[in-house]
Formats: sequence, C-alpha cells, structure tokens
Amino acid sequence: MFGATRPARSAHGQEGPALIQAEALGLERGGRKILDRVSLSVTRGQVVVVIGPNGAGKTSLLRILLGLWQPSSGRIVRVPRMRIGYMPQHVQVDPILPLSVRRFLTLRHRSSESRLREQLRKVGVPGLLDAPIQTLSGGEMQRVLLARALIGEPDLLVLDEPAQGVDVVGQGEVFDLIDRLRRDTGCGVLMVSHELHLVMAAADVVVCINQHVCCTGRPEEVSRHPEYQRLFPDAGAQGIGIYTHHHDHVHDLAGEAKPVSGVSGKAGHAR
Amino acid sequence: MLDDFVTRAIVAGLMVAVVAGPLGAFMVWRRMAYFGDTVSHSALLGVALGFLLGMNLNLLVTLVCVMVAVILVFLQRRQELASDTLLGILAHSALSLGLVAVAFVEGLRVDLMAYLFGDILAVTRGDLVGIAIGGGVALVLLILLWRPLLAITVHEELARVEGVPVLPVRLGLMLLIALVIASAMQVVGVLLITALMIIPAATARRFARTPEQMALFGAGFGVLAVLGGIWGSFTHDTPTGPSIVVAAMLAFVVLNFVPWPGARRRRVP
Repeated sequence: MFGATRPARSAHGQEGPALIQAEALGLERGGRKILDRVSLSVTRGQVVVVIGPNGAGKTSLLRILLGLWQPSSGRIVRVPRMRIGYMPQHVQVDPILPLSVRRFLTLRHRSSESRLREQLRKVGVPGLLDAPIQTLSGGEMQRVLLARALIGEPDLLVLDEPAQGVDVVGQGEVFDLIDRLRRDTGCGVLMVSHELHLVMAAADVVVCINQHVCCTGRPEEVSRHPEYQRLFPDAGAQGIGIYTHHHDHVHDLAGEAKPVSGVSGKAGHAR
Repeated sequence: MLDDFVTRAIVAGLMVAVVAGPLGAFMVWRRMAYFGDTVSHSALLGVALGFLLGMNLNLLVTLVCVMVAVILVFLQRRQELASDTLLGILAHSALSLGLVAVAFVEGLRVDLMAYLFGDILAVTRGDLVGIAIGGGVALVLLILLWRPLLAITVHEELARVEGVPVLPVRLGLMLLIALVIASAMQVVGVLLITALMIIPAATARRFARTPEQMALFGAGFGVLAVLGGIWGSFTHDTPTGPSIVVAAMLAFVVLNFVPWPGARRRRVP
C-alpha cells in the first residue's frame, strides 16, 4: 500500500509501453460475428476491466488475448518474454484425483515451501497449503487460483470473472486484494467481469464491449456514457458504488407481486 | 527359471500390472475408461493385420491402437456426436472389424479366445521380451509426461497458458495407452484390458493422498490382482485373464466398502 508504483489515474493507458496490445481483433465462428474490431491495451500497473452483457464476446476476447484462440482478423502485440498469470473463471477438481493445494500451486512452477506459504498469506488463506483442493469453499478456491496465477511472478495478470461464486463481502475483498497486488508487484491486470460496480471501483480503464467496443475510458466516464447506460440500464441510474438489489418479491404470470418464499413450485400451484 | 510356464506368466503379469496401474490412474482422472475400452477393442484389428502382413503383432497392435486413439480424439473435437455415442459406435465396430479381418486370414486358425480374454499361461520367452520392451517404453514415457499430464488433467486451458505443450502431451498419452494395450493383450485379452488399468487405480484412491501415491498403490493392487488371479486360476482351474480381473474386483469391493480404520474418508462436500 505504501510506495505505490501505481501510475496516476489520469495517466490511464499512456504509461510506458503496453504489455499487451490488441489491434482491431475480429472473430467469426460458424459465420457468426463474435468480435468486431476490438482494440485495447494494458500497461504495467494498470487495471483494465472488460465489461459487457452476456454474449458480448468477453470470454472470447480473453481467450484470444491469452493465445488460446486465433483471431479471424487483427493482431496482438506482446512485450517479449512477457509472463502471464491466468486465473480461470471456474476450476473444479474431481474428487477422484487426490490433490492438495500445495500440489495444485506447483503443477507448473516448482516453488519453495516459504514462497508457497508467503503466496497463500498474501491472498489471505495462509492455512490451506496441505488441504485437499476439493474441500475448499468458493471464496477460498478463488484465492488459491489467484495465488497460482501469482506464483510465476507474472507481468500481466489475466482474471476471468474473479469474484464468481463469492458472496458480496468476499467480492469486495477479492477486488481489494487485486488492487493491492497490482500496487505491490506493479503487474498489469486485465479482468473480465459483469460485477459492474465493484469492478469499476477497482479499475483504471473500463472497456465496455458488445461485440465491438461500445465505449472506453475511466470508470466515471464510462458509467455516464449513453452506450453503457443503454447496455446496463439498471447500473446507469445507480452510478458507481456497491450495488445490491434484494428481491423481496417476484412477479407471477399475471404480473401480481408475491413474496419470494412463494416461488417454489408447490406454493405457486397452491394459489 | 523362466522355463516354467507359471513363472513366465507371473513375470508377464507383473510387468503389465506395474505400468497399467499408474496409467489407469490417469484414465480414471481423465474419465477415459470407455475411451480405453474402445481403443483396446481395436487391437484385434492389429492382430489380423499382423497375420496378413506377416509382421510383428505387438508392433501392429500398437500402431492400430495409436491410429484409432488419434482418430477418436479428432472426432471428439468435432463434437457432432456425443462422446459416448461415438465411443459406442467405434468400440463395437472396431471389434467386429477385427473379427471379420481375422476370418479373412486364409489358412489360419487363430485361437480367438486367447486374444479376447488373454492366454497368459502360453507366454513364451519371446513374448516376455516384447512385453518388457513395450512396458518399459511406456513406463519411461509416463514418467517423462507425468507433470505436464497432471497439469492438463487438472485444467487444460490453465496449463496451456502456463506453457504446457498440450497437443504433444495428449498424443504421448495416446501412444502410452496403445503400448500398454499391446503389452497387456496376452495377459488379460482385449476385452478385459481396461479392467486391469481402471480397477486397481480406483481401489487405490481411498488410500492415496497425492497423485503419485494413487499411481503407486494402483501398481501395487495390480500386482496383487495378477498374483491372486494366477493362483486362483491354478488352484481352481479357471481361465487366467478373467481370474485376474475377478481378483482385482474383489480387492476393490473389500477395500472400498468394508470399513477400514486407517483409511481417510473420501466424502467431499
């Protein structure tokens, strides 16, 4: 938190050479256009968040940036020998495979005992080194995944929905953690998410996509942008902040409001 | 010492079990039981081709199995048919093709039962050398591929981003499976080979805390199954290959369903 290497917020996107730069990426699958001239770049110490509605091509974009898929058009420029730490959206290890957190962390990069412990402490789950990976809760798993992404000392951290399956308090903690790591290590962060408000609070640059780039800029700018408000009508009205929406009622087929407890099949039919 | 046919049978069985157990662990982890079955069913086609071309049977069985495995992986990628449908079609087609091809080999009276269910008591010194070479290469390959294989088994995309060469590793696994099938064919036969890989590995799960332990214990249970099966076959005059599988099955049932004080509970939320 001290001695931050983080660039000033106003310098978004202009700080040093880009770690990764995507230029006019296009992707077509089965004759359907999935991405259309998407460009973005991430520099050291910068947090770039890609948001967009379901089916906007967020995950496809991430796969192309990671080198898992080839784009149909456009190009990607990476800094030579850049190390990527990748945190996938969802990892589930079948219980038939006996695997401790320790083994999971060192599947690719061997690491010393002390470094492993330090890594787990950093992400806030110090005691889990020898736990079977299948016994972890959703939040613990996300942290362990983050620790694995960090083990190779990445220049660029790529996170796919990092707060998936974590409750709202945990989400805030995960994003705080990412923010702290970025300051401590100076790595660039590229994150895909639809947890709009929490993510936007942690972002330097937000890229809002819906096949093409709808709008891009600082979170405040993007949240006021008409394209963004069109894509996320709920969010636009709320501004940036922690957005919670508790459903205390649902609507039945006739449009009548009824309490949530009455939703489950039988109660509904009883009416 | 190797003059005795029982000794030869035991040596052959042990060599196969030692490599089939650890490979079986991967087949269990990667949910490849039916895949292995399909590939091993095609081994008979290799036998027929070997007779037709007058070439080494082990070599041709390995080649045919590798080819079938690669074709399978390729077809699975296209995802037009569900994986189990595809395997169901290929497993039985391959077996039938093999049986038909064997019928085409003129002037040859192949003892089909020996290939389908194994004929370990007829193992010759030459066969032992073949099994040792095939099994040895497979074991070395497995040790070399262990870490990358484990990485892609846990999460293939993550492994690829971290620099694991996924395609070569997967092709290596295909070659491994083919080599073990060719070696194990004489011991338990093409119809029962997968059992010798899957059952010992599955038995080992309860006692293992690491992937390596599961592989080693799998090899151990395989060895026990071979010894028990040969002993049972000898004392009760039963077919040896099936007896080995029955021994493996008994160990699985006893060790998994009987309360065992030292074993860790495996239930995971």
